[in-house]
Amino acid sequence: MNAQAALIDQPDGGDSATQLGHVVTGELDLSHGVALYLEDITVSFDGFRALNKLSLAIDAGELRCIIGPNGAGKTTMMDVITGKTRPDSGKAFFGQTIDLTRLTEPEIAHVGIGRKFQKPTIFEQHTAFENLELAMKTDKRVWKSLMAWLSGDDRDRIADTLKLIRLDGEADRPAGLLSHGQKQWLEIGMLLMQEPKLLLLDEPVAGMTDDETMRTAELFVSLAGKHSLVVVEHDMAFVEKLGGKVTVLHEGSVLAEGDLATVQNDQRVIEVYLGR
Amino acid sequence: MSAITSALPLPASGRVPLTLRVFAALDRKAWIALGVFLALALVVVPVLHLALPPENAFHVSTYAITLIGKIMCYALVAVAMDLIWGYGGILSLGHGLFFALGGYAFGMYLMRQIGRDGSYGADLPDFMVFLDWKELPWFWLGSDSFGWAAFLVLAVPAIVAFVFGYFAFRSRIKGVYFSIITQALTYAAMLLFFRNETGFGGNNGFTDFKRILGYSITAPETRLVLFGLTAIALAATLVFSAWLVKSKFGRVLTAIRDAESRVMFIGYNPLWYKLSIWVISAVLCGIAGALYVPQVGIINPSEMSAANSIEIAIWVAVGGRGTLIGPVIGAFTVNLAKSWFTVSFPEYWLFFLGLLFIVVTLLLPQGLVGLWKKIMSKKQGAQA
Amino acid sequence: MKKLLTTLLLLTGALCAWAGPDPALVRQLAADDNSDKIAAIQQLAAAAEPGTAGILQAMADDSLYVLDDKLFVFDGENTLDAFSGETVELPEGADTITVNNRLRGELANALAALKLFDEDRAVRLNAARELQSNVGAELAPVLAKAKASESDPHILELLTTAYAKATLQDADPAVRLAAVAALAEVQTPAVRSLLLPLTDPANEADKLVREAAIQALKTIERSLAWGDTLAAVFSGLSLGSILLLAALGLAITYGVMGIINMAHGELLMVGAYTAYVMQSLFRSHFPELIDWYLPAAIPVAFFTAAAVGVLMERTVIRWLYGRTLETLLATWGLSLILIQAARVIFGAQNVEVANPSWMSGGVELLPNLILPWNRVIIIGFALFVLFLVWVLMNKTRLGMFVRAVTQNRPMAGCVGVPTSRIDTMAFALGAGIAGLGGVALSQISNVGPDMGQGYIVDSFMVVVVGGVGQLAGAVWAALGLGIFSKLLEGWAGAVIAKIAILVAIIIFIQKRPQGIFALKGRFADQ
Repeated sequence: MNAQAALIDQPDGGDSATQLGHVVTGELDLSHGVALYLEDITVSFDGFRALNKLSLAIDAGELRCIIGPNGAGKTTMMDVITGKTRPDSGKAFFGQTIDLTRLTEPEIAHVGIGRKFQKPTIFEQHTAFENLELAMKTDKRVWKSLMAWLSGDDRDRIADTLKLIRLDGEADRPAGLLSHGQKQWLEIGMLLMQEPKLLLLDEPVAGMTDDETMRTAELFVSLAGKHSLVVVEHDMAFVEKLGGKVTVLHEGSVLAEGDLATVQNDQRVIEVYLGR
Repeated sequence: MSAITSALPLPASGRVPLTLRVFAALDRKAWIALGVFLALALVVVPVLHLALPPENAFHVSTYAITLIGKIMCYALVAVAMDLIWGYGGILSLGHGLFFALGGYAFGMYLMRQIGRDGSYGADLPDFMVFLDWKELPWFWLGSDSFGWAAFLVLAVPAIVAFVFGYFAFRSRIKGVYFSIITQALTYAAMLLFFRNETGFGGNNGFTDFKRILGYSITAPETRLVLFGLTAIALAATLVFSAWLVKSKFGRVLTAIRDAESRVMFIGYNPLWYKLSIWVISAVLCGIAGALYVPQVGIINPSEMSAANSIEIAIWVAVGGRGTLIGPVIGAFTVNLAKSWFTVSFPEYWLFFLGLLFIVVTLLLPQGLVGLWKKIMSKKQGAQA
Repeated sequence: MKKLLTTLLLLTGALCAWAGPDPALVRQLAADDNSDKIAAIQQLAAAAEPGTAGILQAMADDSLYVLDDKLFVFDGENTLDAFSGETVELPEGADTITVNNRLRGELANALAALKLFDEDRAVRLNAARELQSNVGAELAPVLAKAKASESDPHILELLTTAYAKATLQDADPAVRLAAVAALAEVQTPAVRSLLLPLTDPANEADKLVREAAIQALKTIERSLAWGDTLAAVFSGLSLGSILLLAALGLAITYGVMGIINMAHGELLMVGAYTAYVMQSLFRSHFPELIDWYLPAAIPVAFFTAAAVGVLMERTVIRWLYGRTLETLLATWGLSLILIQAARVIFGAQNVEVANPSWMSGGVELLPNLILPWNRVIIIGFALFVLFLVWVLMNKTRLGMFVRAVTQNRPMAGCVGVPTSRIDTMAFALGAGIAGLGGVALSQISNVGPDMGQGYIVDSFMVVVVGGVGQLAGAVWAALGLGIFSKLLEGWAGAVIAKIAILVAIIIFIQKRPQGIFALKGRFADQ
């Protein structure tokens, strides 16, 4: 809880910590240009190694695509980063100082990591507006929620995000009634309301029309720079559109890394995808 | 759950005083209904009971007052259950425990108020004399003070709920697991209270109360005051709950019910939200128990039986969970049916109750309130 | 048999020169005062003259007659003069000597003491055994005499114990000391309670005897502790087997299928009432085969409970798959209906289900460790049912289908598994196994409408602790909970033990929410 309490009033990013000239554990420090750093992460379930000494580094502001066949460990990797699964061994750091393996899911959300699930998970009973309201970056402790009342600025922000994800016409509809693509967008909108430094997106365009897919790609590209993004996707057209570096996972560790063209011509990658 | 419909034109944003927010939690119709209810309970019933002779057709009998008072306590428990189950998605099979704890805490005071009028004429409660105890156990200290008893009514359920809830929610025990563990907890407590050595009267519990705050507990005036207090407690609980579920806290709570992992990944710690509503719910049950005991005149460990706690759930389900009026309607419907059945067809009551459990879960998942809404919307559809 | 023995004794008495017992003492048997009669009996037994047995046996059989100062023994055919042993006519007006219960006890003891001198080893052994439990100081002389003449080592051992017991209250401290020393070798709970008073100066004045008693008690307690622990472990095993029988069906319906069945306890009740009905049927139609009602009840209970299960599944549960909390409430409703139905059909009172004769009694392993047959048989039965379930779940097509549906319902449906029929059959199987458990329960606990309610919390605890979906988990959890609670009961009492177990489970769940055998990985969350 201490970590969470310390983080709640934390100003934008971790710049203040580095300005003071020393490193404070628990505050985000992106000064060395690395947003996410995984080293030798191993996770096994009943003897099966879902992740096998996985090492990966994401730069601040980078847009990274992760591809790989089913069972390569993509979702497990996201589980480790967001605190859902604890690794058996290895390090996972957010920035220079935040040890992700020691934080709970809500604490990790607080330090600035947002996650979109493979299957859109939104609050179906709540309206689209309320979904965004709940996700909005604010003090999320019980007492504050009891006393919370939206300010005019808050309402404007929610309205802006609704417009961005093209749900401004659906603000008061229960989210459960939205189409699959709209749900995906709503979840992305919730992620944006959190103002995270790092976005983890698990198959964000599954079930979207081509048009929606292309607009999503544009949105992500525009987000890169200010945010770091990690996108897991099977849709190669989408990956191509995003540009950026591509990492191929296979059997729980990194098989190849580079831009899409390099990776696609890598002999081992071709084997993994086509060989069996 | 949609946009707030308030009785007052509130500014959509900015700072709004808490009192106004509470006021806004109910719409105009609901406030009127609440006012009518309180007027009935605090004015009409007392007048009809005291002023009219028993043979008058409009006379409200002592039996009726006790029965309705009892059911209002049940309704309070049902609202408390609805907060945790209907809104929080957590089915507790242990609410009978909190009810009984509140009842026992207040019962201790009532036992001390008997003074030397018990059958042994001793300073100690009769059951202690029977066990040949020479002095009060430590946990009975201060039980002769009304204030301390009232504090215990709130504190004991709160502490038990907090400790249990903290460990249960921290290890993310959910769904049926949680239900079964709460059932085990209640069962263990029942066994504990059945023991004479525990110091709460064993099987017989507490009974034969004589006085409350020095007033005779059987006097019509005392009964009416207790009846009125119960009505006020129920009304206050409804207003408080309405405010609670319409606050952002309430929205987070329902969000946890619908997609807990999403809530965690947007930065809320479900532990504290669940724990808060769990403790609030337990304390409300404790209050209901404390109001119940002086009106019914007895509390014993059977209040903690598994059957009692599950019955609370069926009141909520019959009325309609996730609505606040539903549990009240459910508690009244089921309990009035129970008192009618147990007099007229005692052997069929369990058949009826069993069928009720099945029919409601199979055919009326939204309860009577849901049925009413469906009928109304059909009517509107027909008119349009 | 008794008569024959009497005659035999009389004959032997008659052969060994009818000088026999002291006539004055024999005459005293007809005294008016009971305490005089008792004194006479005790002295006659102590003297152990030949022929005494016949007279005392006759007195016990109400066939010792008295007229003035003459006594006559009627042996069923002839009347004999008690002093000469000659056959005579029973004179007019001769009356039997009245014998009350206290006298009967004394006579039985005296006769047992006299039998210690019988020719037949078996008779002597029986008599020595009989004297282990109730032996008073008055028998000390006769026991001493018997000890001196006894050659069989086993009987001698028994006699030594009996003698020690008889002389424990002797006036001479040296004799008491010897008695304590002899008893220290015999490690039974009865001896423990005999020696216990001797450690108190109020009862035992002599310091040496007290110290010896304390030492002896220590030895005895050490050896008894073993038996006590083993007994607790055995009753733990027995409780565990009952829990297992109660929980196995639940392990299928809840563990494998994810159905919360709050009416599971009532399916046990159905099984138990089936045993009762079978017993009644056998009583009225095949009274000579009454001992076989139980084996006959086993298949009937299985199918009856399974039929109730099918009915439940088809009418209620199948509409609620995936909605576990709703299932919980609906099945609770079913349980209320079943309880009330049992009340209407069989009455609200408990009914009596008797153990077949082959299940009563037990086998004594240690003086304080007796294994009752019914418990032993139920442990065996639990193992049998467990084996049955294991075979069904792992070696049959049904089991394979059930596991397939459990793991991936849509996929199982796609490859042609009739999922809805499998649901029904699996639920029926779980219910049937509960019925088997009910038959076992009928042998050791009350059978009544409410009996199921007592097991529901326990059996859910077993499944929860064992881990959902795990048969092996259920087995270990049942045995562990059974043994743990019985050991705990030994020093904390039943209620506290039960509470402690429940609290321990609640804490255990904190640490291992998925039970002993946890499913891990991606599916753990579902």
